Amino acid sequence: MISLSQFLIFGAMLFSISVAGIFLNRKNVLILLMAIELMLLAVNVNFIAFSHFLGDINGQVFVFFVLTVAAAEAAIGLAILVTLFRNRRTINVEDLTAMKG
Amino acid sequence: MTLYQFLFYVFASSAVLSAIRVISVKNPVHAALFLVLTFFSTALVWILMEAEFLGIVLLLVYVGAVMVLFLFVVMMLDINLAPLREGFVRNLPVGVFVALVMVIELGLVVGAHSFGLSAYPAPTPAPADAANTLALGSVLYTDFVYPFEIAAFILLVSIVAAIVLAHRKREGVLYQNIDAQVRVRRADRLRIVSMPASKPVTAAEESEGKPS
Repeated sequence: MISLSQFLIFGAMLFSISVAGIFLNRKNVLILLMAIELMLLAVNVNFIAFSHFLGDINGQVFVFFVLTVAAAEAAIGLAILVTLFRNRRTINVEDLTAMKG
Repeated sequence: MTLYQFLFYVFASSAVLSAIRVISVKNPVHAALFLVLTFFSTALVWILMEAEFLGIVLLLVYVGAVMVLFLFVVMMLDINLAPLREGFVRNLPVGVFVALVMVIELGLVVGAHSFGLSAYPAPTPAPADAANTLALGSVLYTDFVYPFEIAAFILLVSIVAAIVLAHRKREGVLYQNIDAQVRVRRADRLRIVSMPASKPVTAAEESEGKPS
């Protein structure tokens, strides 16, 4: 059978890949949003693995809420991205210096 | 190797490989499509872990809605890709290094010595008629009813926020002004003119006014 650690390592690999994606595509906001979605997915894998192995349904309830918030986040993030592109004609992170941060 | 193990390795490796493609392809459209494949494979892994409802929800909500939204935005924006890709090769060594270190460290923490089959034996498979949706719903609508309401409210707020952010007034387009239409009174539109009743037209006057 598959042990709990194998499911957890699968989640850890997805999470590390998305961290590497944030390093590699630092300039493209779209890929950054996709990497964030991938991170949330990796966290959800851990929740469901523990829920399965501990026989506790509450982990799945938490995944449900994470999915809800992630969907809302993606919708608002993309809306901000569209507004940004309409005003600045770019989605390059380096050009977004209006707040001098 | 049992069928269960075989399916897990197939789904997990396809998810990991397509996740690597998500962060490495040049075209954002391809990245979005590989992200769809990652979500699909991960949903199948979730179904292997007897989370059938969440697996289906991941397919419906993510592949069906969120990723379509991503594709819409990617195809709508006219992006010049060349400046977005610069720095990719320069950051490649440090990115791969950080990812490898993270995988090794997490593997040391969640490895087989602490979360193996001896510490957490595999649960007995649920019977074929076990209802995951029923189990989830029976706690979601009782113990978690207030968080559930808050989740609904978050979705409502995000609908309003997304519309407000993406909506724009166009110049040169005629809009209906609905509150002005509703607010209108009779006096704004209707004017009653009082005119004296005219006397009946005689035959002589009629012939006079007739065009010759």
